[in-house]
Amino acid sequence: MTTMTIAKAINEGLRATLAANPKSLLMGEDIGPLGGVYRVTDGLIGEFGPDRVVDTPLAESGIIGTAIGLALRGYSPVCEIQFDGFVFPGFNQITTQLAKIHARSNGNLSVPVVIRIPYGGGIGSIEHHSESPEALFAHTAGLRIITPSNPHDAYWMIQQAVECQDPVIVFEPKRRYWLKGDVDVETPGPSEDPFKAHVLREGTDATIVAYGPLVPVALAAANAAEEDGRSVEVIDLRSISPIDFDTVTASVQKTGRLIVTHEAPTFGGIGGEIAARISERAFHSLEAPVIRVGGFHMPYPVAKVEEDYLPDIDRILEALDRALSY
Amino acid sequence: MYAVPGMYSSCGIYPSDIALHPDAASKENGMGTHLPSTEFDGTAVDDQREADAEAVLGEPAAQMVQLLGPDGKLGTDPVFSDYADKLTPEDLRGLYADMAAIRRFDVEATALQRQGQLALWPPLTGQEAAQIGSGRASQPQDYIFPTYREHGVALTRNVDLAELLRQFRGVSNGGWNPKDTNFHLYTLVLAAQTLHAVGYAMGIQRDQKLAAASDAAGKQPDAAVIAYFGDGASSEGDVHESMVFASSYKAPVVFFCQNNHWAISVPTNVQSRVPLSNRAKGYGFPGIRVDGNDVIAVHAVTEWALEHARQGKGPVLIEAFTYRVGAHTTADDPTKYRQSSEEDAWRAKDPLARLEKYLRAEGLADDAYFAKVKADGDELAAYVRRTAHDLEDPDIRQAFANVYKEAHPLVAEELAWFEEYSAGFAGGEEYAGQVEEAGH
Repeated sequence: MTTMTIAKAINEGLRATLAANPKSLLMGEDIGPLGGVYRVTDGLIGEFGPDRVVDTPLAESGIIGTAIGLALRGYSPVCEIQFDGFVFPGFNQITTQLAKIHARSNGNLSVPVVIRIPYGGGIGSIEHHSESPEALFAHTAGLRIITPSNPHDAYWMIQQAVECQDPVIVFEPKRRYWLKGDVDVETPGPSEDPFKAHVLREGTDATIVAYGPLVPVALAAANAAEEDGRSVEVIDLRSISPIDFDTVTASVQKTGRLIVTHEAPTFGGIGGEIAARISERAFHSLEAPVIRVGGFHMPYPVAKVEEDYLPDIDRILEALDRALSY
Repeated sequence: MYAVPGMYSSCGIYPSDIALHPDAASKENGMGTHLPSTEFDGTAVDDQREADAEAVLGEPAAQMVQLLGPDGKLGTDPVFSDYADKLTPEDLRGLYADMAAIRRFDVEATALQRQGQLALWPPLTGQEAAQIGSGRASQPQDYIFPTYREHGVALTRNVDLAELLRQFRGVSNGGWNPKDTNFHLYTLVLAAQTLHAVGYAMGIQRDQKLAAASDAAGKQPDAAVIAYFGDGASSEGDVHESMVFASSYKAPVVFFCQNNHWAISVPTNVQSRVPLSNRAKGYGFPGIRVDGNDVIAVHAVTEWALEHARQGKGPVLIEAFTYRVGAHTTADDPTKYRQSSEEDAWRAKDPLARLEKYLRAEGLADDAYFAKVKADGDELAAYVRRTAHDLEDPDIRQAFANVYKEAHPLVAEELAWFEEYSAGFAGGEEYAGQVEEAGH
């Protein structure tokens, strides 16, 4: 067991991947000598050289498109998109090409490309640096989307993404890059399947589903609720596509109440999908409507007001009160 | 949507209407038309656009490479004649037979669409030399990324031509396994494949380094990649990005642009004010304009470019100057946007006719040979027609199976629901299909 930050855990996970798989390579802007704007690839170019850690021209469509070509040739590229808001020049390649090549080749071809995207707000940054576009990708069949919330998952999930034969987008909670935690580099243990949700805290009165940067917030809200005598279960979703509905359903069948929280706007978001599925699967267990706590229907606001936009402990507790009032 | 005749020329957004060519409008008026024009000069290089290039670049554009002219006479070129000389009489007859076969195939596919057997067909007629010449210059170890009109290249890669029809009949989005022929699936999102080609070429570079490092026995022959695209797609950002990446990494890729002069209804001079081949200079690699209706020149130039790429000297851009004699697709109507006289002028530069003249004049092929080619073409057409009719409709279960390579719970859940739902109709009556009836 070693203690490290999420950023370091991803760095170590990438190092392990590059060492174990000679066909794996990293591609992105400023990921070489600089080590990426968040230093997630720090030191890797020195160990593996510029053919394995590739500083690319500044062009996101180019990064994704050439990664697809490398994958067709048998390579396992891991692309870094510098910030969430800058993935859109590559959106066409991701949704019309990467997601569809396996299907449109009748299964003859596979393109196991991994795309790393630091996402989410709360860092006081300028526009396009704080967004949560995961639902836009979750809506596209052919992609898998995962998001770690702690260093142990970060270390293993990046390696599992590379091993997966399907394209995987890894959304990295950038405001938690410096969150420290224990990492077991010997075995993933309960994190063996990156597409399974984890029950982080058991409870009986209500369930909170969170992922990525809001997992610590959900846990804090559950602890606060406990002081008021409420027993709240917290689930770290971990995978956004596919979603582990079995774990969420089992929890709701026990607690009867569900709150889903994410930074992304609620409209058309992951929370709505979970609410709809759970209303189908656990209708008779529900004591209250599923409540979403998320961003508003607006472009991500300026940093000085982002605290009013982002779900926090109080907004989750307010939702919990509403759920318990039924 | 189709262009309304005159809508561009009257609003003056065509480059030929402004700035560089004050006389362009009067030329059009002289023709008594407001249809846009590609300003070809009827023989070789487009003088007007060469003048454009000179005005913009401050130097004359490179000449177009041509070896076999419309008159069937073989000329010379200081670089490319050496490559042309390598073609044996058998090779030349083969190039003719390929062009004739793919033209016959194109006619048959168009007929199949007209008869409702295909949803759509993008014809290649007019571009046979560009496609057969370049495809035949490739080696088996090379990898080809086509657009959606490279039926001739598919032929040279030994793709079963009947397989091409699957996509246009709605039974598959591919139809062939690219691993069998190194001929990738057609890509409909314009220029997306140019980046895939560069990435693939970057993979070839890494394979070569890995092989060298491991000192592996049985070294693979050096390989290169060809990325096909058109004059319309040349405006897409992915073409720019692919050329930037290819140049930066000296990737072994040949960009093969078929300038067929029309992007559906919009002429090339809306895409570019300089010859497309000149753009290579901005990226720092060679750009060559070749007469795309001259199969010998196309073959020679492509062979040179592939050698250049395989030897690690970096990418090459080839602009094959050709013409889409037919429609963009069977859903198109070229009479809405161009003069039939323009089509006639390009027919006079027909790629098959000029090679036939040459083969006959040199005594390399006789009436019996051309009769055999025609009979072979008819046989191919009959095979394609028969196979198209016999293509079985797929089962949607195949679509469920191919969304992901690894098991996926949502797909499994939806498939299970579909099976249960479908089973409910066993022996019963489905309402599906009755909507239209009820609606009337």
